[in-house]
Amino acid sequence: MIPGPAKAGFRRFCRASYRPPNMSLTRADIENIARLARLELTETEIPVYVDSLSKIFAFVGELDRAPTAGTDPMAHPMPGLAQRLRVDEVTEANRRETYQHNAPKVEAGLYLVPKVIE
Amino acid sequence: MSAPAPTVASLARGLAEGQFSSVELTRAYLERIAAAQPSLNAFITVTGEAALKAAAEADAARAAGRAGRLTGVPIAHKDIFCTEGVLTTCGSKMLGNFVSPYDATIVSGLRAAGTVMLGKLNMDEFAMGSSNETSYFGPVRNPWDTQMVPGGSSGGSAASVAARIVPAATATDTGGSIRQPAALCGVTGIKPTYGRCSRYGMIAFASSLDQAGLITVSAEDAALLLGPMSGFDPRDSTSVDSPVPDYTATLGDSLQGLTIGLVREFFDKGLDAACEQRIRDAIAVYEKLGAKVREVSCPNLPLSVPTYYVVAPAECSSNLARFDGVRFGHRCDSPKNLLDLYCRSRGEGFGAEVKRRIMTGTYVLSAGYYDAYYLKAQRVRQLISADFARAFKECDLLVGPTTPTPAFRIGAKCDDPITMYLNDIYTIGANLAGLPGMSIPCGFVDGLPIGLQIVGPHFSEARMLNVAHRYQQETDWHLKTPSAFA
Amino acid sequence: MEWETVIGLEIHAQLATRSKIFSGSATAYGAEPNTQANLVDLGYPGVLPVLNGEAVRMAVRFGLAIGARIAPHSVFARKNYFYPDLPKGYQISQYELPVVAEGSLDVVLDDGTRKRVGITRAHLEEDAGKSLHEGMPGMSGIDLNRAGTPLIEIVSEPDMRSAKEAVAYMKKVHTLVRYLEICDGNMQEGSFRCDANVSVRPKGSDKFGTRAEIKNLNSFRFVEKAINYEVERQIELIESGGKVVQETRLYDPDKGETRSMRSKEEANDYRYFPDPDLLPLVIDDAFVATVKASLPELPDEKAARFVRDYGLSEYDAGVLTASRELGAFYEEVVRRVGRDPKLCANWVMGDLAAFLNKDNLEIEKSKVDAEALAGLVTRIVDATISGKIAKDVFEAMWATGESADAIIEQKGLRQITDTGAIETAIDEVMAKNPGQLADYRSGKDKLFGFFVGQVMKATGGKANPAQLNDLLRKKLSG
Repeated sequence: MIPGPAKAGFRRFCRASYRPPNMSLTRADIENIARLARLELTETEIPVYVDSLSKIFAFVGELDRAPTAGTDPMAHPMPGLAQRLRVDEVTEANRRETYQHNAPKVEAGLYLVPKVIE
Repeated sequence: MSAPAPTVASLARGLAEGQFSSVELTRAYLERIAAAQPSLNAFITVTGEAALKAAAEADAARAAGRAGRLTGVPIAHKDIFCTEGVLTTCGSKMLGNFVSPYDATIVSGLRAAGTVMLGKLNMDEFAMGSSNETSYFGPVRNPWDTQMVPGGSSGGSAASVAARIVPAATATDTGGSIRQPAALCGVTGIKPTYGRCSRYGMIAFASSLDQAGLITVSAEDAALLLGPMSGFDPRDSTSVDSPVPDYTATLGDSLQGLTIGLVREFFDKGLDAACEQRIRDAIAVYEKLGAKVREVSCPNLPLSVPTYYVVAPAECSSNLARFDGVRFGHRCDSPKNLLDLYCRSRGEGFGAEVKRRIMTGTYVLSAGYYDAYYLKAQRVRQLISADFARAFKECDLLVGPTTPTPAFRIGAKCDDPITMYLNDIYTIGANLAGLPGMSIPCGFVDGLPIGLQIVGPHFSEARMLNVAHRYQQETDWHLKTPSAFA
Repeated sequence: MEWETVIGLEIHAQLATRSKIFSGSATAYGAEPNTQANLVDLGYPGVLPVLNGEAVRMAVRFGLAIGARIAPHSVFARKNYFYPDLPKGYQISQYELPVVAEGSLDVVLDDGTRKRVGITRAHLEEDAGKSLHEGMPGMSGIDLNRAGTPLIEIVSEPDMRSAKEAVAYMKKVHTLVRYLEICDGNMQEGSFRCDANVSVRPKGSDKFGTRAEIKNLNSFRFVEKAINYEVERQIELIESGGKVVQETRLYDPDKGETRSMRSKEEANDYRYFPDPDLLPLVIDDAFVATVKASLPELPDEKAARFVRDYGLSEYDAGVLTASRELGAFYEEVVRRVGRDPKLCANWVMGDLAAFLNKDNLEIEKSKVDAEALAGLVTRIVDATISGKIAKDVFEAMWATGESADAIIEQKGLRQITDTGAIETAIDEVMAKNPGQLADYRSGKDKLFGFFVGQVMKATGGKANPAQLNDLLRKKLSG
């Protein structure tokens, strides 16, 4: 065998965390995703999402067939545009009272949450 | 006063000629809105008092000789647009009590042009849906048959314009949310080029796909309203700094020499045969008007739905992270701790479809899956864009169906997300590539309207509106009104 | 077993812009809670970020100063996690394509050796708000004034091998950002802080050990103490058969120890992806050239010039260029004295530095300014006073704010350079101490110092030391 550079795709496939698409999800998967997304799910919701997310991932697994070798990812629909830069000026006045109208719990100008433990 | 004349153009003329005042017009529409609300559920908030006040101001401006083309014309906004001092819910329990402290840029643009806001229109929750069934405020019904969905997510916009309870409405389109409901309700919808209208103040679903637009009776109305909501906005880094033409100036241009492309992949086996016939009829009208027709191919376009269902949820999972019960929006009762505050506020505040998309997006971005899903989808997106770019070398505009079928029954597709997602199979491509698209009424199948989709290259709105307008001068599908609301 | 410490630092420097990185809110420190948090900073629905050009310019300044590559194309990404001080549920940062990459800084250590520390990258990002825990039982209060303040995160290579090296590197970065006027360096206010990645490995091993990340160190002293504690902890752990776990730790300055931050452990899948609200940041050659042209003389360049032009040691040059202000002060003294830059350096680094320290003053607030110090040094150089007397004069100058000349006049401290007067004093001392004179003349050379002391005492310390030495030697030898 002629030694050569490892193929990126092959390396990626060997990564421990890699799972090919099309795989159906388990209850534990859904619970993990929900925790990461900070969503409480009810007992009745969990099996519904196990089922529907499995279907969705089977469906998007179709993408595997696409001939994307050598194609760059497209993060933005308007190619060639560059970020515009703002002039460094303070344009905002204090509108705390207005902005805190929508806040569920405020005291002394602070937004209150259950104690943050570090 | 008799039933209001149906188009923005005719209302503007009536106001200019003094046939009626803005206050009279506004009052008449408020009455129609109230009458239709039980059967359609198109509105979340009606701002009657403020509307009458704004109408009086419009009349005063007219009396003082300070009226523009749109002064005093009533419109309504999709409830995804922030409106200062007015409830802005995005169709969600999460924002059930949210009063925006600011106006979206397009809202202030249209107000500056003299329009009068009648209220805020129902929509799928956070614009995630194709049937308006995911709204926390209940489904919107299709005025052509109230057992049917109006399409989504801009279902309230499409249903209200179709029922002539508003002359025109703003809307947004992330994967077809303007064009699909416009088609299913028999009205005109335009999704401009990505970046043409500012996204500032439009509650984000999928930032790289979202675009504001309009649902109107006619292309001419869309041309009148699009100008004031277009243009560069220094508050939106993705808004494009290019001049805004007078879209009405070129409406009547000849179509001689125009080349229309029919995308082969749009005429697939999923397209209902009767719908296809209406599309072919519309194409024949264009041939009569002097356009040349040729077939083009976008081989990667069939992958647009799976691509979208990776990219859009990924962006949405991040965009909706700000709804955490701390600074605004729903907060659960007596949280045990911080984690409980987050999980319950979000679990209670979001509906089933929103949670499904947040979880889908969270998954495709998570460690180990990012490359396989997110990056892969963004590569396919590049291929789809390139397909369109190639097609536009062979033709000026693409036309085809907006949806594979007419409106379906409320509840029919709720159990299977994939079936629901496939409603947008013909519309999603334009969002992925940032292209402008329209849907115009082109006939009926089983008493339900269907739409002809037009897709153009970036910033071809003027040409698209011209092409749509010329069709509407030859046909009267867009003037058909559901009998219950005539 | 002998252990080697491996340290990498992630320094967060707040950029000294007027407004925030993505909004027009003020960045001033110390305002009432949430009065400098606008819709964008609060993550309100529908609002969008727009990048502050000044923050970009400052990042490029830093990049050029460390000899790094300025990325012509860099990308803002979202780092997703839930925390109350993070309003949007994601931090806008740079991930795969940072604006600055592959630079380095040379650090001179206490023993005079030079060490190069690699800087992997420096990227732009937004700061988070603050959680306050006092006065509200069971609750925390969130202040988002700091949210959206521009930061540059400077990530070093794991090149440091001791806490002292880490501190020396951090000080060097601190000096540099203030030279560049991109950060006020105020560590109490959190404008300049760092996370330290610390691991240990058997000496000679080329594999890295498992590292712990110590978060939010906001003083040089804490950096040193925290790292030393952590190194001890890891070594003890390993030697007693345990294993270091990769985790985030917090330094408790009251207890002088680091402890695990379990709350941060749970969710560390940040799901980075390009922020679709921002376009790629494109920096062209013209922009870089403009920034380059505006760069001040950098500390290393200045130090090299001090060595070359003033004949200073590398160490002295390093000390005198530790801040732009100190370097300028020193050069002003040298310019006014016009000679003996080494003596000028000794005064700035010696008595002046000591008095500044004692009164806890910055050089800009010195009670003796460059002109006054130059006046004093000039009187030493022209032999009006001795170096020893000068110390008393300096003390008086510091206390009264008067010039060296005024104090010399008032106190009659002018040096005696009149040969006759010195000789008279020597004669008197010799007459008073016949025994010592005899001993000296019989070979006890050491007594020379005794005679110097006696003559100085007799002249009130004002005899010119060089003249005194000469004359005394002659007279004593008879």
